[in-house]
Amino acid sequence: MSVAWQKDGYEAVIGLEIHVQLNTHSKMFCSCPNRFGDDPNTNVCMVCLAHPGAMPVANAEAVRQSARVGLALGCRIPPYSEFSRKQYFYPDSPKAYQISQYDQPLCAEGLFRVPGSDGFEVRLTRAHLEEDAAKMIHEGGEGGRISGSAGSIVDFNRVGTPLLEIVTEPDIRSPEDARRLLTLLRATVVAIGASDCDMEKGSLRADANVSIRPIGATEYGTKTELKNMNSFRFLERGIEAELERQLEIVRGGGMVEQETLHFDPASGSLSSLRSKEQAHDYRYFPEPDLLPVQQDEVVLAELRATLPELPVARYERLVTAGLPDATALALAVDSELAAYLDALATHLNDLKIAANWTMGEFSAHLNSSGLSAAASPVTPARLGALVALVMAGTINQTAAKEVFAVLVDDPAATADGIVGERNLATVGGDDELGAIIDAVLAAHPDEVEAFRGGREQVIGFLVGQCMKQSGGRADAKALQSLLRARLAS
Amino acid sequence: MLQARDCTAVELASAYLERIELYDGDVHGYLHVDAERTLADAAAQDAAGTTGLSGVPIAYKDLLSTKGVPTTAGSKILEGFMPLEDADVVARGKAAGLVSLGKTNLDEFAMGSSTEHSAYGPTCNPWDLTRVPGGSSGGSAAVVAAGLAPWSLGTDTGGSIRQPAAFCGLVGLMPTYGTVPRFGVVAFACSLEQVGPITLTVRDAALLQQIIAGASERDATCTGPREPIVVPTAGRLDGITFGVPWAELEEGVEPGIRARFDGSLQIARDLGAEIVDVELPYARHGLAAYYVIAPAEASANLSRFDGVRYGLRVEAPDVRSMYEATRDAGFGPEVKRRIMIGTYVLSAGYHDAYYLQAQRVRTLIRRDFDAAFSSVDAILSPTAPTTAFEFGARLDDPLAMYANDIFTLPVNLAGVPALSLPNGLVEGLPSSLQIIGPSHSENLLFRLGAAFEEAHGFDPVPPLLRGGSS
Amino acid sequence: MNVRRIELTTDEVRHVAALARLGLDDAEIERLGFELQGILGHVATISTLPIADVPPTAHALDVSVELRPDVARAGLTREQALANAPDPTPDGFRVPPIGS
Repeated sequence: MSVAWQKDGYEAVIGLEIHVQLNTHSKMFCSCPNRFGDDPNTNVCMVCLAHPGAMPVANAEAVRQSARVGLALGCRIPPYSEFSRKQYFYPDSPKAYQISQYDQPLCAEGLFRVPGSDGFEVRLTRAHLEEDAAKMIHEGGEGGRISGSAGSIVDFNRVGTPLLEIVTEPDIRSPEDARRLLTLLRATVVAIGASDCDMEKGSLRADANVSIRPIGATEYGTKTELKNMNSFRFLERGIEAELERQLEIVRGGGMVEQETLHFDPASGSLSSLRSKEQAHDYRYFPEPDLLPVQQDEVVLAELRATLPELPVARYERLVTAGLPDATALALAVDSELAAYLDALATHLNDLKIAANWTMGEFSAHLNSSGLSAAASPVTPARLGALVALVMAGTINQTAAKEVFAVLVDDPAATADGIVGERNLATVGGDDELGAIIDAVLAAHPDEVEAFRGGREQVIGFLVGQCMKQSGGRADAKALQSLLRARLAS
Repeated sequence: MLQARDCTAVELASAYLERIELYDGDVHGYLHVDAERTLADAAAQDAAGTTGLSGVPIAYKDLLSTKGVPTTAGSKILEGFMPLEDADVVARGKAAGLVSLGKTNLDEFAMGSSTEHSAYGPTCNPWDLTRVPGGSSGGSAAVVAAGLAPWSLGTDTGGSIRQPAAFCGLVGLMPTYGTVPRFGVVAFACSLEQVGPITLTVRDAALLQQIIAGASERDATCTGPREPIVVPTAGRLDGITFGVPWAELEEGVEPGIRARFDGSLQIARDLGAEIVDVELPYARHGLAAYYVIAPAEASANLSRFDGVRYGLRVEAPDVRSMYEATRDAGFGPEVKRRIMIGTYVLSAGYHDAYYLQAQRVRTLIRRDFDAAFSSVDAILSPTAPTTAFEFGARLDDPLAMYANDIFTLPVNLAGVPALSLPNGLVEGLPSSLQIIGPSHSENLLFRLGAAFEEAHGFDPVPPLLRGGSS
Repeated sequence: MNVRRIELTTDEVRHVAALARLGLDDAEIERLGFELQGILGHVATISTLPIADVPPTAHALDVSVELRPDVARAGLTREQALANAPDPTPDGFRVPPIGS
């Protein structure tokens, strides 16, 4: 079981609202490219600018990817869903309504499991499709924020980007769990290829609904909404800060007020955001310009079949294969690294050894080089050849590290080639070793006598000398046993 | 119609432009005419060699986007607005070689039944210049009746093609919902409206419908007609059964209109048709349902007029004040009424009692029509309960204005097609017959209409303008 | 035309106007309030019809349509996008401050 946040008899009640930008080629309701980073207002059309007479036409691929995400997250996909108009006036909303889904979402309830020895389950309420809003660049003011600004420039490029909004029930019981859930959810969506889920670019956004209540209570306390925390760390810290803030209020005998808050990670403080409408009466009604979306059971089955191995399934497979919990989890959320591991394991026919190398030497290399697993020159085949040599006893660990470094620097080199060129093969044969031992013993008669006289620790020095003589290539175990044998005789 | 090719497109366009010069000062059917551009378009058609309908002039309701030509929707809030693209129906007209004579007047944002709610002044009925031409496509009807365009396109949300056609003695078609694309048409009520022809003859209506109908990539609600439109020939009506909803005609129909309607029924019998009674019990709730649904959709559709990206802006110190000042200055009283109604019926606490109930009534009206059509081929009614009324007669009482559309509204709610054609004069003013058919029955409607048209023998040229017609 | 009217307070009218961002002055609030009472009075006749079991119709069409293929096409140039703008800047559409 995961560790819940509990203090002074209160527990945390947390739900997440997650927005995922789908990586379709075109926008949700028009054919403009679905692209990030263009110059302002250069990626727009009559539809995204909401000109009179403009009409939305729904993107088939966005619907398809949304259904795949729903299936991957364990949601029920109803046979019929509908678009709705969500009405509010704000400059980032050109129609003054957002096309969303209200009472007939594309994905209905589901159950999402975060695996692990301290795993937990969270119910998903729904996932629905909608369009993203424009970006506002606030002139003047402090740091581009709203208050005290001289006006704003509106950039409509982002309008119409397909968004899948995933809503969880308030089943999360700690800030850490929120982060873990989001991490796994992100990994799942990335694994199926529906989005790149980059919090910095805004293709993954998470808001948290936070409240506290006495432990064991069934009713909910007043919740606040934390918006737009743009990293996993900020999400965790922001929720933590809010829980403390609410606890403080309640301890002091006060009442938590419903509001929307922004967390500033630099100062660790929470501030109230101005709400877009004082009373949010969105006046939802079915979008008359779009017909309902029908889902066919046959097509859904086909979509399900297109799903790759999902993180939860991968975790279970790796744990069953004997990998430690932490390793299995790390690999569960990193599809690329997991694919690397699987390929390496196939070469070596040994998953555990492959895991050691993947999580050890290879991961260290990725960290220091900044490369991704798929981009590294140390392919599974090349690394596999190296590890095979270690497994066969041809080289020892020290030599292996040297070979690895060369594999990184020289994409053309092979493990066998390097070992040969640099003469890194382990000295382990009796003849070779024996010759070295004889030479060392002959060179250090005093130490030999001391050992034979009972001073055990001298063997360390002798082993060291032999290693040096061998240029570090002696097989340590064979050396030890042969040396002792020679000394004993 | 000009099919005989005994003049050039330029000559034809010039003739209309001359009549516009002479008569539109009195009629005020046009909001925008650009003679130079029209003649250039006509010349281009002549140069390409006119075939089929190419080179034939047309007028477009100023609700249809025309690229590079101002499109106002009859509102101050879009004064000077230049669309970036043609509406699909305008593009199809261009592709067929039609030459635009200009944009016609309308009730602001198509909200009205008299064209008195245009922000640019009313249009006068060519049959009697002290009377309204009907609405909201009053301009489109008036210019055709006055011989200032051979035909035009209007839009119909609750009767806005058929009722002005009726008031002006013309043919008007409300097509089956989803057969003509709405891309580029300034939206009033999306689930109720279609673009359609306003013409002198039934045959012309079919010809124009052939040009504009068809599926479109840019309109997800438009699947096009189920079968190709056929231009009709007049004939008998043997084997046809008409339904008449007598219960609905008991109240509110002017005696003269009723007499002309009875005349049409007699003609139907003479031509071999059978007349039976049908019941449309929920049609009487059509007005209430319509005045919930249409304003609800309109209130959302008109929210985009906020002064940010185009149109009128009234400057203010903050965004919200800018919205409020812009919209207060830019919208007329009828539009404000409908936005308020629409906002109210969708707002928290009222949504179920109003909006949801109205959508249920809509289902029941549709069922009424479906049931009726299981025993009759088409339904007959007068198009409008009265002839054209005088300016100002209904302005003080919105509900009285809305009552113009009691026979046309249920058609839009059900999404079925209806054809209106003149069936006589009542004290010198046109009266019309409405023929309602099942979904996708336009070819039947045209055939029936042609038969009635020939038998009615109605002369669509108003006495006032009976000099110098082409 | 029946003359049923519903009750609507000035505050309710103001609230609706605020939702719709219509900056109505007091005279307009009063006039529209009066007119709405009459119109809504008439349309309210449907709210008491015993038809709760009837499914609502949101769309006149009963066919399903194929969705749009996911193909990107270039849109407008910035000049075109800003062509009708009341307050254009080189980059985009200026609006006054959000305010309180």
